[in-house]
Amino acid sequence: MRLFFSFLAGGLFGAGLFISGMTDTIKVQGWLDVFGDWDPTLAFVMGGAIIPMFIAWQFTKGRAPLVGGAFPSPARPELDHRLITGSVMFGMGWGLVGLCPGPVIASITYNGWEGVLFMLAMIAGMVAAPKIGEQLDQIAAKA
Amino acid sequence: METDWIWGLAGGGLIGMGGAVYLLGNGRIMGASGILGGLVDGSGRKSAAEKLVFLAGVILLPLVLSSLFLIKTNTHMTDNVPLIIAAGLLVGLGTRIANGCTSGHGVCGISRLSLRGIVATVFYILAGGMTLVVFRHVLGVI
Repeated sequence: MRLFFSFLAGGLFGAGLFISGMTDTIKVQGWLDVFGDWDPTLAFVMGGAIIPMFIAWQFTKGRAPLVGGAFPSPARPELDHRLITGSVMFGMGWGLVGLCPGPVIASITYNGWEGVLFMLAMIAGMVAAPKIGEQLDQIAAKA
Repeated sequence: METDWIWGLAGGGLIGMGGAVYLLGNGRIMGASGILGGLVDGSGRKSAAEKLVFLAGVILLPLVLSSLFLIKTNTHMTDNVPLIIAAGLLVGLGTRIANGCTSGHGVCGISRLSLRGIVATVFYILAGGMTLVVFRHVLGVI
């Protein structure tokens, strides 16, 4: 069942990214470009996704996942330097090319060598992240 | 162009339903960077099968939809190699250091009113917007 739910979730996610136009970098950069020809589509995608997720979170109260186990623990309240630094780095890369991790994966079969190269660079960044994160911790401890 | 928001809303709904299935079914938060990152850095070895099957779904459905309905799949992706490498590295590093991306912090975090999700989303949108504006309108390179 666990693998069935995984495939179903991945399929819905991929289909949603595809039909919403989020694998088209013009639409993503168009949303970020407030001084250009601004494209509001991304806000509708976010809104459309948050509604079912908000309902889903309500269903988790006092229940367990269908496959058993437990739901994720409540969201941590504290903000730390990693959250901010990481999000700024991610945002910069996102703005430069118009791709975030979900659409990179969803478009891998039709995004040419450019998409494959982006995916490889992204994976390299992911592999290096634990080490770089530790270095950021040291810098933050000194500051 | 005029109907793009409808496709956006409908596609967003599917994304949210995917997140709902992953949460209510498996008890997990659907974050693209966490799922891929956990596989490539070895931290998610215990749930590797689940993650691989998820990624297979993410790749397969757009492929099937685009071939069935012959929908144009122009991604307007840049072919600037240094730009692609720099942006890819930043996205990989940043999402793992911040522990989430548009799906994990954005969709799954905001929908449970997580302060971390909301703050992360504000920062990556601001950073993305400023980077794009500087590189496009000031430097003129993208």
